[in-house]
Amino acid sequence: MAIGLIFIVLAGIAVLLLLWVVFTYNRLVVLRNRINNAWSQIDVQLRRRYDLIPNLVEAVKGYAAHEKGTFEKVTEARAAMASAKTVAEQGEAQNMITGALKTLFAVAEAYPQLKANENFMMLQEELSGTESKIAYARQFYNDTVMSLNTLIQTFPASMIAGTFGFTQHDYFAMEDVAREPVKVQF
Amino acid sequence: MYEQISSNVRGSVLLILAFIVVIVGLGYLFTQVTGYPEILPLAVAFAVISSIGSYYYSDKIVLAMAHARPATKEEYPHLVNSVEGLAIAAGLPVPSIYIVDDSAPNAFATGRNPRHAALAVTTGLLDKMDRTELEGVIGHEMAHVKDYDIRFMTLVAILAGMAVLIADWLLRSFWWGGRRRNRGGGNPIVLVIALVVAILAPIFATLIKLAISRHREFLADAEGSMLTRYPDGLANALEKIAADTEPLEVANKATAHMWIANPLKEHGGWTNNLFSTHPPIEERIRRLRAM
Repeated sequence: MAIGLIFIVLAGIAVLLLLWVVFTYNRLVVLRNRINNAWSQIDVQLRRRYDLIPNLVEAVKGYAAHEKGTFEKVTEARAAMASAKTVAEQGEAQNMITGALKTLFAVAEAYPQLKANENFMMLQEELSGTESKIAYARQFYNDTVMSLNTLIQTFPASMIAGTFGFTQHDYFAMEDVAREPVKVQF
Repeated sequence: MYEQISSNVRGSVLLILAFIVVIVGLGYLFTQVTGYPEILPLAVAFAVISSIGSYYYSDKIVLAMAHARPATKEEYPHLVNSVEGLAIAAGLPVPSIYIVDDSAPNAFATGRNPRHAALAVTTGLLDKMDRTELEGVIGHEMAHVKDYDIRFMTLVAILAGMAVLIADWLLRSFWWGGRRRNRGGGNPIVLVIALVVAILAPIFATLIKLAISRHREFLADAEGSMLTRYPDGLANALEKIAADTEPLEVANKATAHMWIANPLKEHGGWTNNLFSTHPPIEERIRRLRAM
């Protein structure tokens, strides 16, 4: 009689343990997938910026055709993004684009007709929105990485995370290059 | 920021538990007094069913009541871009975006889950807020969507409705002398307690519901600031809204709870704070600036 009771209690504990393992494993999977999704989301926004640039260059050329140096910078930066291989190169290319775009918009300030042009204003708003979305996508990626890393590191999930192959992810960090102020050259 | 979020969630859980205690207590008293325990499940079923219907159509009803129209990217590019950006930050699908033609600055979010969510702002809000303030407001609304606040407050409303219903039945049974089955003559003390509780219970239920609503507003403020990483944006927006004396034409007592700032201008006093769906704006601003 007593042995039967002990057996039932042990079985109950085993079931609860199993449920906990399943629950924690699923949570880890959800977080890891969210991280991959967030990373792709960053790429989507970067791609959108890449696609908007030619339209912007054309719009500005219509009013400020002789600002050759600025246009060349923008085209160079865009080409750099297309040809970047490593993560570090990509980071540098993104910074180049950011810098070139800032210069382009600063130059456009001197042309009031251009500034009033509806097409230009729409592109300006689109690019500004895309820059925000890039920042938000990176923020969401980092937030999710923090959640996963915290779960992996804390007890009791830390006991099973390694067994199932869940590793800590790196945060998206701006390279040291980016910590210097972005140069705007005329 | 994080500390405020977790304390708010704890507060909401405690209040819900208080609610359940009130309802269970009422149900018990009801069966003691009337000797008709069968009525109780009927009343509960009625409350639940009527609430489920309104829950599924809540977003359409609410949008129609506010005379909201859809906002297109051509007409409102900055608004749409801001909402899309904050949806990315929250990891949610982009809600449907609506405009309410009213010069009073305000906004609301509705919808039973993030996939069926809608977010509306007034033209007044777009005119009077700058970029960071607008994003602060949108962040607050996205936080409501993320927390399933509509679903949560519907649940709370159901609980409150149940408590009120049961208390009402209890009172009626007194009036009509309904003690069909005598439990040895009926305990008069229990009857007196039941009478007092039946009168007070609806008030308690309403107070708890409003306290929960205020908690969720603070939570949405904190989580919205997490999304924008800039609490001052929302704080500035709330200051502007508080200073704006224009009344919101489309709002009334039924919809007041869902706007970001209480559109019904009430006049001071502590009872005001207890019976309000929103925390006092000064307190909201103070907490935001302290983050």
